[in-house]
Amino acid sequence: MSNAATLTPIEPPTRDVPGSEPNAQDENWVHKLLRLFFNPSAATVTFAILLALVIGALIVVFFDPDVQATMGYFFQRPSDFFSEAGRAFTSFFSALVRGAIFDWNQPTFSQAIRPATESIVRAIPLIIGGLAIALSFTAGLFNIGVQGQIILGAIFGGYVGLAFDLPPFIHLLAAVFAAIVGGAIWGFIPGILKARLGANEVIVTIMLNSIALLLMQALLSTETFKGPGGYAGKSMSIGTNAAYPLILGHGFRLHFGFIVAVIASFFLWWLLDRSTFGFELRAAGANPRAAETAGINVRRTMMLTLVLSGALAGLAASAPVLGTEKGLSVGLAGTIGFDAITVALLGKSRPVGVFFAGLLFGALNAGGALMQSSAGIPVDIVQITQAIIVLAIAGSEAVRWMRQRRKQDERTVEKVDAADSTDRSAKTNGAVA
Amino acid sequence: MSAQVETLSNPETDIQSDAKLAVQWRDPVVSALMVVLTLLLASMSKGQSNISFRGASTWFEGGIWTIPAAGTGWLMFGVALVCTGIIWYRSLGRRHVSGWLLVVVGVAFVITFLVWVVADRTSASLPVVSLLAGGLMFATPLVFGALSGVVNERSGVINIAIEGQLLLGAFAGVVFASMFNNPWVGLIGAPLAGMALGALLAWFAITFRTENIVVGVVLNMLAVGFTSFLFSTLLKNSPHLNQPMKLPVIRIPFLADIPIIGPVLFRQTILVYLMYAAVIVMQFLLFNSRWGLRLRASGEKPQAADTVGIKVNRIRWHSVLLGGALAGMGGAIFTIGQDLAFSKNMAAGNGFIALAAMILGRWNPTGALAAALLFGFATNLGAVMQSVGAPIPAEYVLMTPYIVTILAVAGFVGAVRPPAAEGVPYP
Repeated sequence: MSNAATLTPIEPPTRDVPGSEPNAQDENWVHKLLRLFFNPSAATVTFAILLALVIGALIVVFFDPDVQATMGYFFQRPSDFFSEAGRAFTSFFSALVRGAIFDWNQPTFSQAIRPATESIVRAIPLIIGGLAIALSFTAGLFNIGVQGQIILGAIFGGYVGLAFDLPPFIHLLAAVFAAIVGGAIWGFIPGILKARLGANEVIVTIMLNSIALLLMQALLSTETFKGPGGYAGKSMSIGTNAAYPLILGHGFRLHFGFIVAVIASFFLWWLLDRSTFGFELRAAGANPRAAETAGINVRRTMMLTLVLSGALAGLAASAPVLGTEKGLSVGLAGTIGFDAITVALLGKSRPVGVFFAGLLFGALNAGGALMQSSAGIPVDIVQITQAIIVLAIAGSEAVRWMRQRRKQDERTVEKVDAADSTDRSAKTNGAVA
Repeated sequence: MSAQVETLSNPETDIQSDAKLAVQWRDPVVSALMVVLTLLLASMSKGQSNISFRGASTWFEGGIWTIPAAGTGWLMFGVALVCTGIIWYRSLGRRHVSGWLLVVVGVAFVITFLVWVVADRTSASLPVVSLLAGGLMFATPLVFGALSGVVNERSGVINIAIEGQLLLGAFAGVVFASMFNNPWVGLIGAPLAGMALGALLAWFAITFRTENIVVGVVLNMLAVGFTSFLFSTLLKNSPHLNQPMKLPVIRIPFLADIPIIGPVLFRQTILVYLMYAAVIVMQFLLFNSRWGLRLRASGEKPQAADTVGIKVNRIRWHSVLLGGALAGMGGAIFTIGQDLAFSKNMAAGNGFIALAAMILGRWNPTGALAAALLFGFATNLGAVMQSVGAPIPAEYVLMTPYIVTILAVAGFVGAVRPPAAEGVPYP
């Protein structure tokens, strides 16, 4: 746990990697930009995404009922199988693009680009949640409890949204603030336990996830939340002043939460790259003992990291509660917490990466919704694809790492051989002399 | 010379006055808390409680006992108060406190709680035998999951994917059973499916050296997504592959007639008996066999194990596969153990409770069994409370396993020390 969590293989403790990276100070911004887009890491990620999409499509094809019907008589008429398989394969990708980017079947232009806005809307909680996890990963902590922190943020923010009646801007601000506080509290618990008692934050956060879900279930059957004559499991709607305003008009669902996500990304970049606390956090994540020696209070840093991570998760909850659903329901948090983990891993825990990874997964989600409604493909394929993307990246990184290590070993062997032979020749010369 | 010794001030008493043994606060604080809660519940109990002992034995008919709720509550409070007093007296005197005193206080609290739940209800009764039997059944997947976790983590691989393995076991159990129209075939399919996910975990965690926790979380997502996808496609189009099948309940002839504990322990499906066997076998193998010693060495100090010639990564691979099989077997309970067809996300967080049971049980099979029984009982109690219509929402009772685990990990139940090299790939 002393290294930041990523998908790269864990280095053995005694090895170092001499001279494999170019000296960062010799590059100008052109080189940096080229490296950003064309480095082996970007190629790995692109390859992994394409591979995962192809595998997902193949799974869909294999289990498509029409394709399965033709498999029964494959050897009599193989052309049937291939035509059905091809149809299913292309319908996967066409539904994905139509649901995520551009729907060419729609009559007007604004309806045709609605899918792109849907992708962004679904991406908002994933981006902010991914930022929360990226923050904790950078500090070497595994905050698996984002799911629970989102639920608490939803409870707090939803309560302020539906229980009070405040003027327009203030109500929204109060609800967002309450959501942040709710998430921060749920991050404080593992934080203080880790700082004071050394409790393993993975287990504490996983337990708090389940407690949060049960708490929400219990609260949603009370009068306060479901209102008089309401159904258990769904709360009253929040006040109109507490909802995020729509920023593209009523034809689209894109709400102000997107601006919040952008601001949050900038905030995290500033925090990690430019602030003192961010430096302490990165130091504690890279090598806690060295940081301690340098005078950084590692335990306090870890506690503050978990609190801040929870606060960001609470902010992520504001997107569904105040933006799209405008209320609370039992399934509100869905799988956002776990999807956000994959977003953070894909984005390599850098704010820029997390932002674009969130957009990608938001697009996959939006595409999945259309795949379900128009092609009958169960929306779970999106989760499978997300998991395969992460596993493919982990595998590629591992293969690259193992190749690099083999090269190092060979170079070391060459050096030792060279040193041996000069030694030997020196000895023989000495003996002759 | 003796006069010299006596005129010296005795250094021992001087030092002793400054250095006292620290008070062990765990037992006094926990028992005080439980006594206060018992007091609250006893004061809130009114009327009569019906406690049903139906099904307690075939030798006699266990009827419904009607007991005064308040009286029982106050009696239990008295017992708990006496024990708490003894605990406090001995703790403050820095003397050893027997663990059984805390157990007695705990039992008194639980009895008061149970009596309070059905207090003053003429139509509802507390079914003791089905409460305990159901608790054991709920605990069985937790025990299997915790055993899987123990075997994995003792060898050095952190397994967060127990949830996914349980789910795959449930899925494969019912599909295999439906395919061959025989629930016993499901017992073969379930461990195989768990082993498949275990193979993926081992490949990424051991061979690729990826961060174990990350791989576990992602594999959980994969398992949930894959089974849900298959449920919506394969099982929907071929419903004959998803028929509820039940493993027969096997009664052990004489033992099942022991009052109360007989039907609870010895009138269950084969999966529960397999669980007993698994706990005994694993406890013996881990701590009394060469294989177990090598496994534990791989998890504590793989460098030392390697020096002696133990193939660390091969042992880790084997242990992850074994753990996957155990967890898959546990997952079968959700479907073929309960006569249910597969439905989405059936494991419902049991994998994480199993992790908690493993930690609370200190990475021992028997400890994990005790913790899982506690958690299973709490879960079943929550379900019974929902059916009886209890005064407080059942969700708060369902939270108890999780809260207890947090307290355990925070050290309130003693130091919790995981295997030293867990999660660290070797070499």
